[in-house]
Amino acid sequence: MNAPLATPIGSIAQRARRVAEVAGLHAEAVDRDGRFPEEAVEALRAERLLGLQIPRRFGGEAAPLIEVADVCTILGQACTAAAMVFAMHHIKLASLVTHGLDSPWHRALMERVAREQWLIASSTTEGGVGGDLRNSLCAVETTDGTFALSKDATVISYGAQADVILATARRNPDAPTSDQVLVALLKDQMSLERTSRWDTLGMRGTCSDGFRLEARGVPVEQILPKPFAEIAAQSMLAVSHLLWSSVWYGIASFAVDRARVFVQGEARRRPGQVPPGALRLAEVSTELQAMRGTVVAGLNRFAAAQADPDDLGSMGFSVVLNNVKTTSSAMAVEIVQHALGIVGLAGYKNGTPFSLGRALRDVLSAPLMINNDRILANTANLLLVQKGSGQLLSA
Amino acid sequence: MSGVVAPMTGVDPHRKSRDMIPSSDIREILKGIEALAPVIDALHEDDDLFERGLSSFDSVQLMLALEDRFDIEFPDHLLNRRSFSTIRLIRDTVASIKTARAA
Repeated sequence: MNAPLATPIGSIAQRARRVAEVAGLHAEAVDRDGRFPEEAVEALRAERLLGLQIPRRFGGEAAPLIEVADVCTILGQACTAAAMVFAMHHIKLASLVTHGLDSPWHRALMERVAREQWLIASSTTEGGVGGDLRNSLCAVETTDGTFALSKDATVISYGAQADVILATARRNPDAPTSDQVLVALLKDQMSLERTSRWDTLGMRGTCSDGFRLEARGVPVEQILPKPFAEIAAQSMLAVSHLLWSSVWYGIASFAVDRARVFVQGEARRRPGQVPPGALRLAEVSTELQAMRGTVVAGLNRFAAAQADPDDLGSMGFSVVLNNVKTTSSAMAVEIVQHALGIVGLAGYKNGTPFSLGRALRDVLSAPLMINNDRILANTANLLLVQKGSGQLLSA
Repeated sequence: MSGVVAPMTGVDPHRKSRDMIPSSDIREILKGIEALAPVIDALHEDDDLFERGLSSFDSVQLMLALEDRFDIEFPDHLLNRRSFSTIRLIRDTVASIKTARAA
């Protein structure tokens, strides 16, 4: 709240690199202790990067998604937990910016996020439906202009640290499980009782604990006016796939950088010989380039679709974005593994300049966050009616 | 615009009568979708089917059933949520393809 209101000096990427420096200093402790990357998030606030996407008239910078994605990559090279927190915050913010402009309450919320650099978390996962985003069991119960919500939220990433949580719920207690709304809950409007700890192989600093979420007496204006089905289809899924992929690209490029430095060191030690790892480095650099192409093409496709709601809701668009997620998550894992093969034991060992253990553990989450099989099943269904594959330069 | 045989309401008066698709045919197909079966009789022409329980999986099954029933193929540019979000829009989408083919 004491952060200066003026935009800090430098381009968005320069501001992100200053945050990455701070994040990198604490990345090991964040991973080891499974703790929230608070220094990195404070640095994000100081650089005013939490309001990037918000329109200028509400105090933001109206940054296009591709610039937010670039920040995800820069942070992903330093501290993946900080990068993922930043990505998840901006995924929720994209929903607000895309679907909340008609609602005075949500416009005011955007102003506060920009001014006070509030951190937004998401509560979609629920006991009984698991990670199935498009179904909820809990329901909004409305009486006299206010509502109550009680949710068995089995995962809320950084729920304990967030200033705002956007939660899915059925529209009312009689609604089918797929008739959902998205409600914004401020920290002082809800209670969170921790029900499970996030003790995982990697991505440990996202602190994705389970909580019993209880809120009552919340004004109904805080329910986003658009059905969640539309929010999920038009902004949330696409933005998730793209920003997550950008974080994974950060991890993959970090690993390739370590492999490159390693091979270059070998080359200097034995002048006149091409080190054995050099060929493998060439190989992994083609994979990294292909991954980057996939992510950037997805970001460009997203930007092109912004002007056309029918395109955003089209099957062709969903197929492209689904494929970006499954491809980039699988490639990121392979790239880190290949980099480890080049670096060898120096990468396997912790505490060396070439350690890749944390990167490998973190990146293994990529195919599991919205499991690739779930996404492939969705794409398989869409392909039953899709007609053409498009041209080189058009979808 | 008088004299057109149009027992349905809300039909675009400029559309030629031979392209009209009876809503009952579309309702019949929607009845085959589990999530909509219990509410189908209460659905209005302009109710959002996705809000009433239609999932994206269902919507593909719906498209396949419509293609089969009306012997048409939806081109990619019509394969979006909006084209299939209400009974009226489905009817218009199907009719537009039949018109295009007849032309």
